[in-house]
Formats: sequence, structure tokens, C-alpha cells
Amino acid sequence: MEFKFTEENLKRIELAREKYPTALAAVMDTVYIAQEQNGYISNEVMEEIANVLGIDKVYVLSVVTFYTMYHTKPMGKYHVQVCTNVSCMLRGAYDIWDQVKGKLGIENMQVTPDGKFSLEEVECMGACGYAPMVAVNEDYFENLTKDKVEEILDSLK
Amino acid sequence: MEKIVLPEIENLNQIDVYIAHDGFQSAKKAFAQTPDALIDQVKKSGLRGRGGAAFSAGLKWSFMPKSTDKPKYLCINGDESEPGSFKDRQIFEYNPFQLIEGVIITCYAIGAKVAYLYVRGEYHKWIKLMQNAIDTAYEKGFLGEKMKETFGTQFSCDLFIHKGAGAYICGEESSLMNSIEGYRGYPRVKPPFPAQKGLWGCPTTINNVETITNVPPIISKGWEWFSKIGAPKHPGTILFGISGHVNKPGVYELPSGVLLTDLIYNYAGGVPGNKKIKCVIPGGSSMPPLRGDQLEGVKMDAESLKEVGSAIGTGGVMVMDEDTNLLKVLLRITKFYHHESCGQCTPCREGTSWMEKTLHRILDGHGTSNDLDLLVNVANNIEGNTICALGDAAAWPVKFMITRFRDEFEKYVNPNISLPVPNKVHSMRQTAVPLEDISK
Ligand SMILES: Cc1cc2nc3c(=O)[nH]c(=O)nc-3n(C[C@H](O)[C@H](O)[C@H](O)COP(=O)(O)O)c2cc1C
Ligand code: SF4
Ligand code: FES
Repeated sequence: MEFKFTEENLKRIELAREKYPTALAAVMDTVYIAQEQNGYISNEVMEEIANVLGIDKVYVLSVVTFYTMYHTKPMGKYHVQVCTNVSCMLRGAYDIWDQVKGKLGIENMQVTPDGKFSLEEVECMGACGYAPMVAVNEDYFENLTKDKVEEILDSLK
Repeated sequence: MEKIVLPEIENLNQIDVYIAHDGFQSAKKAFAQTPDALIDQVKKSGLRGRGGAAFSAGLKWSFMPKSTDKPKYLCINGDESEPGSFKDRQIFEYNPFQLIEGVIITCYAIGAKVAYLYVRGEYHKWIKLMQNAIDTAYEKGFLGEKMKETFGTQFSCDLFIHKGAGAYICGEESSLMNSIEGYRGYPRVKPPFPAQKGLWGCPTTINNVETITNVPPIISKGWEWFSKIGAPKHPGTILFGISGHVNKPGVYELPSGVLLTDLIYNYAGGVPGNKKIKCVIPGGSSMPPLRGDQLEGVKMDAESLKEVGSAIGTGGVMVMDEDTNLLKVLLRITKFYHHESCGQCTPCREGTSWMEKTLHRILDGHGTSNDLDLLVNVANNIEGNTICALGDAAAWPVKFMITRFRDEFEKYVNPNISLPVPNKVHSMRQTAVPLEDISK
């Protein structure tokens, strides 16, 4: 499917481009903008990013496949990320992980059939003092209990 | 106790409040002096990096070449991905303008016209807060061209945020620069060091967010004042992030050299259920762990922790009570480093993978005493044999956890089976050597 940036996003890319002496340096910002618009980074999206920045597609591919926050397939409307690293683990993160897995009925990096939820076990999110924690899309939920997790997941419509 | 980095002033993240509390006066004072004089003061203050290695900030700045026709750059490291660390985000949230003022002074001191603040991608909220603060600083004439008028100087600099995208390795300084340039975050071989060849081959200084935020008070109140706070060889306050089994986890700004037991029992409210402590990692997950019976009298500064066989790292203190399964903790730590290894060096890539598998096997009940020796052996073979310090970061927890808590780990392995030690360690070390050499 063909992909084109919106006018507004083209302006944002231009601003990102101005931060750096090279076009290549704006690739990470541009991939973020593309992911925001398209939901994930397909082959066509990568081609358009390369086009807009005037760089070889190989560079786009190399970045997209290196960084874990870029997704090459569609994720759920709500991307649920559970940190299970040490500080969270010490405060029950694996119980939360099992709870979320059970409730959503999916495994790590899977999407529910209705496309509403996806799930990811993540590394330390910088919330260790407020553990355990879960992030949904861009928002952090900290100092969680099983009840709070239940409440958060139920509130996502 | 005076707070330097996170003063307890309400709404300090509003520019008017910041200005009302002498905000940007330090920059004004700085512009009236030569860059060399500033570097000298920061050197004498004893300020050491808060990003992990505790290297002298002033000394690092002095490595920047004076005469060069290339542009110079400052990178501020806010990748904050070391498990146990959650301090830089407090600065983004509660004191962003002091960080910005620190950036201005540092840029002037090292002669950089452009600074990049690298923030981990997951920190969406804090990136927005920081971007708002930067936009406000531009509007009010504290960044960019307008600075010249505001401060009455010829100098101006720009500050941009570079958003990471989920890779722990990008906190390593050379990987961070590759990431800014738009490449994969692969660490570079050193030398050349960043001050010689950094961003786009130009002289570059990289400092942690907390390090830079300490600069304005040093310039305004003087290096003597700063050098007298806390431990003499590692002066100032440190943002200690304490997590795990304590009643009041969080970030506490305290003078360096504070007793670890004070931090745990007085500030963080002790251990839930008054349980005993089995293990403390004092500086983020890469740092060697300490035994619970080893904590008395331990001070929290770079030199004191070195003496007891650990390191200050990022000041992220992880506390584990007596019921903690250290095998599970070590496996989780090792899984992390395996996942985050960029794969460039064989010892790091293969070693972390092998250590994770072996720990898994032990957890599944199939381990032997030999496996413990082998793990330590593999860790020793990673340490010092890699391009970047992630190798050491992965090796230390394994090596020190097993040697310091051997009794604990022996519980999980079968002492009776004593297989000959396979030659795996050596073969791993040799993988970089051409095959014909091995067959000789
Ligand atoms: C694997 C690895 C990860 C690192 N992550 C960070 C980080 O997240 N933040 C940071 O400031 N320094 C990090 N460092 C240290 C940096 O390489 C660098 O030493 C530091 O940013 C320098 O700043 P400072 O001298 O002010 O401490 C990391 C180092 C390694 C080897
Ligand atoms: S030590 Fe590990 S993370 Fe560092 S460059 Fe080598 S493989 Fe990459
Ligand atoms: S360990 Fe979970 S946020 Fe740091």
C-alpha cells in the first residue's frame, strides 16, 4: 500500500531536519513520525522515509531493525508494556506479567484478534523506585497492585 | 541539608520561578570570564561524572582542542537505561532550567555552538516537559541568537533533543553519537576519543544530565564551596535512586559519602517486615553486589565503594531482602545484558548468551558446581576483552554475585556430579582467531 506523509508531518520532518548538519541524522525522528501516522513501519513507509530525506533505504532499514521501539508490524491500539527487570521483579512484576498475559490472552509481542491490545515484556523503564510499573502506549502507570492493573486494563476502551 | 540539583522550591520548573531564584545569573557570571577560567573552576571543584564512570568533568572538558577549524559539540546523556536508575527524569521534571543553564555554560567553556540532549525514547512525558522548557528558554532569550542580547555577549548556542528508541547500549557515549548521526547504536573503537573525533568526526564532549545540572551552582557559589560538600575525593550531592525491598523507595539527593545504611534505614524507611538484607547493588545493575553482612560503615562515594569492591555507577541502589532468590536476580540481569548486547564483539555476544543459558539450566535444576566455576570463568573472559564497557557490565554481576554468594548458589546446584570442565571458555576466546591458527 502506498504511503505518503501528511502536509503537517512533512513540516515536522523539515523541523527535525534543521536540527542536524546531515539528513541521515533526522532518520530516527522521521521514523517516529511515520510510525505515529501509519501505526507501524512497512516496506513502503521505509521507501517514503528514504525518499523524503534523500537517503538510501538501507539506512532506514538498518535503524528500524535495530531499535526496539520501532515496529515493523501492526501493534494493538493499546500497546501494553510490562517491565520485569530487577527492581520491578523484586516488587512482583512477574505476577503482574502473568496477570496481564492471562487477561489479554496473548503472549509477548502478540496482538489480540480485535487489534485492541498488544503486549510486550520490556527492560527497565526508569521507574524502578515506583515499581512495579506498566506503560500503555506513551503513559507510565506506577506503584501498581493487581487491582490497579485490573482497573487500568478495564478502562481502556 | 542543602540540595544542589533538586532544590525544594515549588514550581521551580516554571521559568519565572527559576529566574526569581537567581536563575541564569550563573551563566551571566560565566560569560564575564574566559572559557579556560571556567574549566579550571570545574576542575578544582572536584565535580565527577554522574553517568557511571565518575570521571572528572573539568578534566574531560580540558581535552577539547583549543584551536580547530571544525565545529565542536556537547552531548548531554539522558539515556538513563541502567536498571535501578531513575534520577535524570527528576531533573527533566523538576529543574529543567538549571540543566539548560548548565548546558549554556558548558557550551561556552568548551566552545560548542550546538548541544544535543539524548533522552531515551520511552520517556515521552519527560521529553515533552523538557522540550517545553527548551522552547520557553528560546522565547525568553536564554538559548539561540537572542542569547547575545540577553547576556550581552558574542556567544550563542543551540540545544536540541534527540529521542532514542529503545536501546540500552545508546547510553554508551560512542554508541550515543552513532545514534545521533542516524546509524545503529554500535559503540566505536577508542581511541580516537570523542574530544578528538566525536559527532561527525568533530571534537565532542559527553556528560550525564546530572553532571551538567551541577555546573551552574559551582560557577555561582564557587568551586571551594562545592569541593567541601560530602566526600572530599568525590564532592557534591548525588541523586541516589533507591529501589527494591525498602519501605520508601525513591530519589534522595544527599551529600556523597553518606552511609549506605543511613540511606536504606533512615531515608528509605528500612526493609518491609523488618527483614534482613541479603544483597545490595549500590550503583545500578552493572555494579558488583555487596553482601548484607558487608554493609556496615560503607560510604556512598566512588572511592569508598571501590575500597569495598564495588562502584558508585549511577547511584541506583537496589535492595534485596533475605527471602530473595539471587539466582533468579542474576538470571534476570544476565538476560538483560544478553538482550542489549549489540553483538559486535564475540566475547560479549556469545558470552552473555552462554551465561544466560547456563543460569537457566541451573534454575531448571540441572546445574552442577562446575557450572558455577565456568560462569565465573566466562565472565572473566568477557571482562576487558570487548569494544565497550557493556561487556564488563555483563561480566561483573555474574562474577561477583557467584563469588560473593557462593553458599547461596551452591544450594541450587548438584554437588555430586563432577563433569570434566569443557573447553568452552577457551574456544569462545579463540573465535576471532582464524581456524588454521587454532589447528596448529
Ligand atoms: C553500556 C553503557 C551504558 C551507559 N548508559 C549511560 C546512561 O544511560 N547515561 C549516562 O549518563 N551514561 C551512561 N553510560 C556512560 C557513558 O558512556 C559516559 O561515560 C557518560 O555519559 C559520561 O558522562 P559523565 O562523565 O558526566 O558521567 C553508559 C556506559 C555504558 C558502557
Ligand atoms: S561489548 Fe557488547 S555491547 Fe559493547 S560493542 Fe561489544 S558486543 Fe557491543
Ligand atoms: S526495573 Fe522496572 S522500571 Fe527499572
